[in-house]
Amino acid sequence: MTVRPGMRAFADAVLPPIVALAFAAVVGDLLILSFGEAPATVFKLLVEGTWGNAYGFGQVLYKATTLTCTGLAFALAGRAGLFNVGAESQLAMGGFAAGIVGLLLPVGMPAVIATLLCIVAAMTAGAAVGAVPGALRAKFGASEVIVTIMLNFVVLALLNWLVAAKIHVPETLHTPSIVVGGVPRLSTVIPAFHGSAANFTLFIAIVAAVVSYWYLFRTRGGYELRAVGLQPDAAEFGGVRVPRVMFFTMAFSGALAGLGGMNFVLGYKGYYEEGFAGGAGFLGIAVALVGRNHPLGILLAALLFATLSQGGLAVNAVVPKQLVDILQAVVILAVATAVPEVQKQIRAAAAAVARGVGAKA
Amino acid sequence: MSELSWAVRMRDVAKSFGAVMANRDVSLNVARGEIHALVGENGAGKSTLMRILSGLYAPDAGFIEVNERDVTGWKTTDAIAAGVGMVHQHFMLVPTLTVAENVVLGQEPTNGWRIDLERAVADVRALSATSGLAVDPNAKVADLSVGEAQRVEILKALYRGAKILILDEPTAVLSPPEVRELWQVLRVLRDNGGTVILITHKLDEVIEVSDTITVMRAGRTVARLATADTTPRDIAKAMVGRDVALALDASPGIKITGENRAMRADTSSALRSALRVDHLTVRGDRGTTVINDLSFTVAPGEILGIAGVEGNGQTELLEAIAGLRALRGGQLMLNDERLDVRDVRGRSDAGLSHIPEDRHRRGLILDYSVSDNLILGRQHKFATPTGLDRQRIDRNADTLIRQFDIRPPIAALPARALSGGNQQKIVIAREMGREFSVLLAAQPTRGVDVGAIEFIHAQLRAARDAGKAILLVSADLPEVLALSDRIAVMYGGRFVSVMDASDCDADVLGPFMTGAAA
Repeated sequence: MTVRPGMRAFADAVLPPIVALAFAAVVGDLLILSFGEAPATVFKLLVEGTWGNAYGFGQVLYKATTLTCTGLAFALAGRAGLFNVGAESQLAMGGFAAGIVGLLLPVGMPAVIATLLCIVAAMTAGAAVGAVPGALRAKFGASEVIVTIMLNFVVLALLNWLVAAKIHVPETLHTPSIVVGGVPRLSTVIPAFHGSAANFTLFIAIVAAVVSYWYLFRTRGGYELRAVGLQPDAAEFGGVRVPRVMFFTMAFSGALAGLGGMNFVLGYKGYYEEGFAGGAGFLGIAVALVGRNHPLGILLAALLFATLSQGGLAVNAVVPKQLVDILQAVVILAVATAVPEVQKQIRAAAAAVARGVGAKA
Repeated sequence: MSELSWAVRMRDVAKSFGAVMANRDVSLNVARGEIHALVGENGAGKSTLMRILSGLYAPDAGFIEVNERDVTGWKTTDAIAAGVGMVHQHFMLVPTLTVAENVVLGQEPTNGWRIDLERAVADVRALSATSGLAVDPNAKVADLSVGEAQRVEILKALYRGAKILILDEPTAVLSPPEVRELWQVLRVLRDNGGTVILITHKLDEVIEVSDTITVMRAGRTVARLATADTTPRDIAKAMVGRDVALALDASPGIKITGENRAMRADTSSALRSALRVDHLTVRGDRGTTVINDLSFTVAPGEILGIAGVEGNGQTELLEAIAGLRALRGGQLMLNDERLDVRDVRGRSDAGLSHIPEDRHRRGLILDYSVSDNLILGRQHKFATPTGLDRQRIDRNADTLIRQFDIRPPIAALPARALSGGNQQKIVIAREMGREFSVLLAAQPTRGVDVGAIEFIHAQLRAARDAGKAILLVSADLPEVLALSDRIAVMYGGRFVSVMDASDCDADVLGPFMTGAAA
């Protein structure tokens, strides 16, 4: 009798999300029927509007790029047993830093160096925002859930003030356009993508996913990080300095979310605009959950959620585009029910919050 | 046999999980009003069988009768209604509720809309009196000792009207006096017409308390014995399928090691101590001083055994030496090196190995593969600039799995999938299959079957004979007696006696362990 743990683990990992998706599709059918439309027609519209033409597909890729970064951010923290709800502000701060650095660099600077500097700025800024809850958790045991949620308000308000009061282009809520450091659009290589926002940040996000995968599952750092997430006491026994791992994981998590900021700022608009994150940080949580905190799963989940998001626009003529919001919610709920580690993670987060609240009371 | 009435009859029961046959051709007959011991090595299928009986699992084949009624494939609710109650190894109590609230949970007495807590307390007190399970109904479960918590679990089962009580390794967490009390309770239950099925692999318990024994091996029932007509050796033979050396009846072995010790004493007196603990002071989780100004040494080639009832500072002592707990004062030396200035990894690198007392919490990462668990604590030795060296990790796993006979020998399986004894072998293999000079061994055979105990004891003796210094902490007094060269009794955070093992037996140590002779 051959036991193939690898195959078994793969099936265990992939089946629940697929079942959840099938369930979401059924719920979607019923909803569409309730609007008096044929499900097949609507889903056909959805697919044609996204994967069916180059522009739609480009938009899917563009949206998936940001979601990959925020999904990776949540997953990295999640693997260490941390619940990072702060990707939204980390993303915004990363975008802001990239926009400012792109604005300040000298005009004649070689494009590659300028872009690299902007990327470093985005990641550093995101890491700085992530490091705050990381430090508070490591040093004082403060719940990272509460701190990241509160920090979202603080950081977004700070950015709002900076842009609105200091450095905006008159009559707008965005900064002046960057002078160097832009990332070319995909349409410069594949003209069919013309008009879509898809840009080469996509490949940086894919590289980030591959590096994250390698780090988590192939390196000593990842071995220790996952040990902290699974059994912190055993990790400590194994010589891992648990608080230190928590701090750096939150910082790296913030860096990944911050990286996502370049997609909009460097690759699409060329400037930081108030509110550009638009919930992509929070949707990253869903992406990570559906992708089962696995970098390669997250790539697929990001595509799925980007498709739904873009598809909402495509089906808007027939059914309200909020339909896909409901579909997203159903996917999230179904996955949360079907996947044991998601329940575990949510329970752990709830316990951490309860602990934090209790400590203050 | 006709005058006997059967409480439980199970015939030809089979149950498999995927490719693993947990039970096959199992037959179990338990007479009403007896204490029936179900023994077997870890992974022999005892727990599975009892879960089938209590309705948690449905059998793949076979027939089950309870009180001469066919109940094959029943549900837990049916089982509870029919008076079958199971006390699990891991307690299922709500720590923030009182004893009475826990006992009545799910079947609360009510007056109108409200829970009648006064009646609950009275009920529990009455049940407590008739069964001999002494516990304060108003105490919070969080404040109870492990032994008391277990009594609450039994009360819970009795409150639900259990006439057939299944206990899954009830003594694994108890001190010797608590074990004696438990036996008393079980005898009272039996004498009142109750039936007890006791899952265990401790042979002394089987002999002491049971009336009948069913032995399981590799998923099958291999023997049914009357306790009065059998010996520990026979039972062990049936469990393992061959003769084994038992620590309990190894007194000739002790004499031999005594001679060894005399021989080694000449050489070791010239050697330095391998582990030196000076004026160690440690605080416990609640901020109280649990170890105060403790000093001792362990020589190379010596096993210093620490006996004592759990909770007298043994856990904190080993954690402090291993670097898992901060020192409030004192100094630790390993050979010539200061240990206390190093972190956990530094101490491990200096030659300190540690078998932690709780393998599920500290010793293993249950979701990691066997091979990944076999490098825990030494992962930095397997790191290269681009990642972990999988080939060396796999080779390390192959070697250790073979050397320490870890079963099944599949390095990619998660540690969770192995039986308790084999999980412990992973820990032993990791900590003893490497270069080390001092070993901290906490409860090295807790929850481990007879065959594995024999193996682990042999490993410890071999390491001692190879010149390693071993600090052994065990709640199992016979184990401390069988293995140690010197025995210290720990009580209230101090060593209340340190004696040569040849001067010790349970009677000598008993008063020290309870603090009476301190």
